[in-house]
Amino acid sequence: MTRYLSDLRIGETSIIQGFDTARLHDQEFAADLEDRLLEIGFEEGLGVEVLHQGPFGRDPLAVKIGTMTVALRRTEASAIILQNGDNK
Amino acid sequence: MTAMRAALIGAPNSGKSSLFNTLTGNHQKVANYPGVTVERRSGLVTTVSGHEIKLIDLPGIYSLNDRSLDEKISREVITGTHASEQQPEVLICVINATNLRVHIRLVLELKTLGLPMIVALNMHDLATRDGIEIDTQRLSEELGIPVITTVAVKKSGVARLIEFLDRDASAYDKTKNNLTETTTRALQKEAGRITKLVQISEGGQHKMTRILDSVALHPFFGLILFFAMLFFMFQAVFSWAEAPMDMIEGGFTIIGELVASNLPDNWFRSFIEDGLIAGVGSVLVFLPQIIILFSFILLLEASGYMARAAFIMDKLMAMVGLNGRAFIPLLSSFACAIPGIMATRTIANHRDRITTIMIAPLMTCSARLPVYTLLISAFIPNTKVMGYFGLQGVVFFALYMAGIVSAIIVAAVMKKTITKGTLQPFLMELPKYQIPRLNQILLGLWQRVRTFLRRAGTIILYAAIALWALTLYPGAPKDATEPDIYYSFAGLIGRTLQHIFEPLGFNWEISIALVPGMAAREVVVSALGTVYALQGSDDQVAQSLSTILQTAWPLSTALSFLAWFVYAPQCLATLATTRRETNSWGWTFFMTGYLFALAYLIAFIVNITAKALMA
Repeated sequence: MTRYLSDLRIGETSIIQGFDTARLHDQEFAADLEDRLLEIGFEEGLGVEVLHQGPFGRDPLAVKIGTMTVALRRTEASAIILQNGDNK
Repeated sequence: MTAMRAALIGAPNSGKSSLFNTLTGNHQKVANYPGVTVERRSGLVTTVSGHEIKLIDLPGIYSLNDRSLDEKISREVITGTHASEQQPEVLICVINATNLRVHIRLVLELKTLGLPMIVALNMHDLATRDGIEIDTQRLSEELGIPVITTVAVKKSGVARLIEFLDRDASAYDKTKNNLTETTTRALQKEAGRITKLVQISEGGQHKMTRILDSVALHPFFGLILFFAMLFFMFQAVFSWAEAPMDMIEGGFTIIGELVASNLPDNWFRSFIEDGLIAGVGSVLVFLPQIIILFSFILLLEASGYMARAAFIMDKLMAMVGLNGRAFIPLLSSFACAIPGIMATRTIANHRDRITTIMIAPLMTCSARLPVYTLLISAFIPNTKVMGYFGLQGVVFFALYMAGIVSAIIVAAVMKKTITKGTLQPFLMELPKYQIPRLNQILLGLWQRVRTFLRRAGTIILYAAIALWALTLYPGAPKDATEPDIYYSFAGLIGRTLQHIFEPLGFNWEISIALVPGMAAREVVVSALGTVYALQGSDDQVAQSLSTILQTAWPLSTALSFLAWFVYAPQCLATLATTRRETNSWGWTFFMTGYLFALAYLIAFIVNITAKALMA
């Protein structure tokens, strides 16, 4: 089963496999989401760890990529595919 | 020798603005690009041998994809296609040494344009602190661009950059793009390759940031900290500002009295005393609140906490289609809508920014307090409801809530109609915490205060003078039976307006008082004092006014008047600020129109409901 960044729990780590913006409901919104995610620093092969979740509805997420921390909403995180197998 | 044109460009969190501040000091101009809400900051740098550099600070962007106005303007400026801004001769790309991979991508993208460029490898001190080691020589070779390390927040940290800039424009090499593919992905790949090569040691995550975030972003303690911070900020804005506000008020009273006792009693004295001094004084009195509020905002921004506040509030703001960043401007608007609207500049998306500006005046600002206090103390009995809460306090709270709830509804409606657009992603780097530098805070504070003062000295001043003239001319006839203001232009307007306001239960006295009340909301109190022919200081007027109003107005009128004040855009200064910040008369009229419409509708409903209930 494919896992997405939005499936990670706090403290869990994984590696980015790729992007799938087509699975989002709002296609207009998804249009250049991949480029935006790349621009802020998400990239295939990079390790990610969910550090924090927002206090309301566990949204947004604070994700560690390398030495930086990026905040993104759960919807956006659900477009990021994670590698299988190396999840704890 | 003409000054060389250079532009600072860089991603958010590259420290670009700090670098700009340190390079140009107080020699900077802040304006908007014509027709849009993008801020244009420019300044002058002079090097040792007298080379002058006209520096512009372009908006912080991740790419040149024309996705936001910021990106569009930046691309137009550096490609020389912008209508009013000349193309810079040299680009200075600021990159964050603690986040090379992301920031190098922008350098590579800019390289495709072929302009002369240098790279400022910024936050070098923080990188060293975190154990990151960078081979700058190698970086420069790989990029084919000169790389200069900087520490933007320190004067000494930019010395090498200024030294490098000490040359003629012709002495810079044009960049050459050696990449065949320039998609975001290809550029990212290349950036990753270069980063691996030049980063001798990767360093660890900033420990302090991790520790602080475990509290600040904790689902429970983070929320407590957030609200504690807000509470403290509000306390500060209202209680610390009290003494200086009294001093300013007292100062203006003394100046007014000095004028009164030294000038003959004629129109000129009245102009100086009631027009100039009282008019400007009524706005300047908010200066202490603005200084305290912006000190907090700047401190929270410089420390890195502001991004966390946006993180915490994002979900709630998303419910009305806004983003976490809209929270602070709205919060500021509880003190005064002017700094609140000014603070919307941190919202990158144009539509989100407009929506936030439009609802800012619905936050109950401190100028409404004198009006609320007067009417509540006059009309609402000080009894207890449910055995514990004072009824007066409950009404106060209800008035605040009415504003907030209306703002939520208006924002939701706007986002579904006129500011409709694609949902904006909430992608934001949470920067590492930093200790704010005093000089940067003071510079930011000075810029905001200057903007406020300039406005008080221009548009607000003209409005005050115009209103003064309207309330004074023409004078009352000899056999006058009503107070002078009744016969003036303001009186004429008020009496005309009364026909419109009658369904709200407003009498001609209220209608007239609303006219000078356009200068600032609380002026209505003294204007009512004038119509009911009272003399004395504001406090005295308010006290005796309260007794008069109790007999002069039915309760339904008082409640309707309170409802009116929750909505009515009775503040020319706010409208002037909106005009300036949106750069659009259309939005200014829209704000005025919808607020008046709401005010009228709600006051009307309150009036007939109250009448029906009392009948």
